[in-house]
Amino acid sequence: MRKKHSRHEWRSNTLPALVMVGPVTFILAFLVVVPLIFVAVMSFCQTDEYYNVVFKFTTENYAKLISPDYLKIYAQSLVIALITTILCILLGYPFSYIIARTKSKKKRILYMLVIIPFWTNSLIRIYGWRSFLGSSGWLNSILMKLNIISEPLELLYKTGSTVLGMVYCLIPFMILPLYTAIEKLDTSLLEASSDLGAKPYKTFFEVIIPLTSGGIFSGSIMVFIPCLGYFFVSNILGGGNTDMIGNLIERQFKSANNWPLGAALSIILIVVTLLLVKGYQKLGGDMEDLGV
Amino acid sequence: MKRKRKAKVKKFVSILFCVLMYLFLFLPIMVIVSGSFNATHTKPYLSWKGFTFDWYIKLWDNTSLLASFGNTMIIAVVSTIVATIIGTLAAIGMYRYRFKGKGILNGLLYIPVVIPEIVIGIALLTIFSRVNIPRGMLTLILAHVSFCVPFVIFNVRARLSGYDKSIEEASMDLGANRVVTFFEVTLPVLMPGIGGGALLAFTLSIDDVIISYFVNGQTKTYPLKVMESIKSGVAPDVNALSTLILIGTILLVVFTQSGIFKKGKKED
Repeated sequence: MRKKHSRHEWRSNTLPALVMVGPVTFILAFLVVVPLIFVAVMSFCQTDEYYNVVFKFTTENYAKLISPDYLKIYAQSLVIALITTILCILLGYPFSYIIARTKSKKKRILYMLVIIPFWTNSLIRIYGWRSFLGSSGWLNSILMKLNIISEPLELLYKTGSTVLGMVYCLIPFMILPLYTAIEKLDTSLLEASSDLGAKPYKTFFEVIIPLTSGGIFSGSIMVFIPCLGYFFVSNILGGGNTDMIGNLIERQFKSANNWPLGAALSIILIVVTLLLVKGYQKLGGDMEDLGV
Repeated sequence: MKRKRKAKVKKFVSILFCVLMYLFLFLPIMVIVSGSFNATHTKPYLSWKGFTFDWYIKLWDNTSLLASFGNTMIIAVVSTIVATIIGTLAAIGMYRYRFKGKGILNGLLYIPVVIPEIVIGIALLTIFSRVNIPRGMLTLILAHVSFCVPFVIFNVRARLSGYDKSIEEASMDLGANRVVTFFEVTLPVLMPGIGGGALLAFTLSIDDVIISYFVNGQTKTYPLKVMESIKSGVAPDVNALSTLILIGTILLVVFTQSGIFKKGKKED
């Protein structure tokens, strides 16, 4: 009798659980975990003279990672990602604040106007920037027509143009969590603060910012990490002058054909990501807030 | 009096700031849209030569461009359907049952979300080439499903957090079996979350550049087709197609934001 009962239990719970959770486990195992482990393995492999991967142990790829040329690119990547993140906060915070604090009807429209560009293909929009900033692009044509300049300005292929593209692509990831955080803000606290005599800037720095810091942290993670890997932005707007670690990885897989070296470079990116996410959790960040 | 003026200035500054931000967000889109009406025929197709609808007509002759858009749509639809089914089942299963490794499974969900796309892309490329799966439509769909599933799960889960299990029990007490209860009770309640998740999966799939770039083989999606032609100057028929897609996007955003999924997506 008891045995039958436990069998019934098995049937009633294990089978449906397996049916429901099985497929996602399968996908995560074979399309995420196994491939990432394989990258780690490959980072210790060699290549033969035809650039085929040979499964022979070496630490040579990691030794190459500390060459001065590469170190310069890592530094450049971190600087660009950091500037991008700071600009996204500085522009995104007041913007989200204004939208979140707008009275109901207009707010919906303002919010939609943020989502529309976000849902338009990022590559197309980056191409739009290239057409705008290029030497025969919009901005130069307008400035020349107005006789403000006589020669087209070289606006592309600079650190600035890459940062512009990164901020442009990634700022929605800052605006959306900030918007959610600011909207949740309890207005009575702000009133209490000013009733108690706090100056507006004091209320801002000592009440509003701490209460919305969760949004700032999760937004920063969602801007900083992808920024390191958005190789097409620095390709199209930076034109090879502002290479980042993403560009190095892309090149190993698409043109230089040194997959093990590319794998080792990817491991750096994984380690940086894990460290940042650990730091984010230490600061009290919720993992749930990292999904768009 | 002084206070009133101060408030007015503050309002003016914030409106000005917003206008500039929207200008920033929409500037490249305006460049693309106006480019689609430009009557120029010389590379890099930038100087304004007058207004024309020609590119919208020429677009229909550019079969490889249309085919790439077709690929994008097929991949988006198939991977959205698959990711939505798998993700919804997983969210409910993880909410309802205790099982070994649940914590690990939950942790794994965040990997595709936080790890840079380029790493996911090259990881899939290396494994697909190792096990000799020919790269193309199939590998694109597999890749898209894998990065869409977590987002579906998060959306459905948000809906589940306010879910009252007793309505399922009531259904079973009234004689409905598990399957009937699932389709008639559980699913309708979760629908807004599922819809929101599916929508997000669809847009992520259409927008994807980086992961597709590594697993596509000879199959071109629309963004990859654009990427290929960027170096030499993108012909205005690409702008025309982008403009049409933009109109579709606007309709989709207006439709979804003002209506059916309002309750499920927690305003994100």
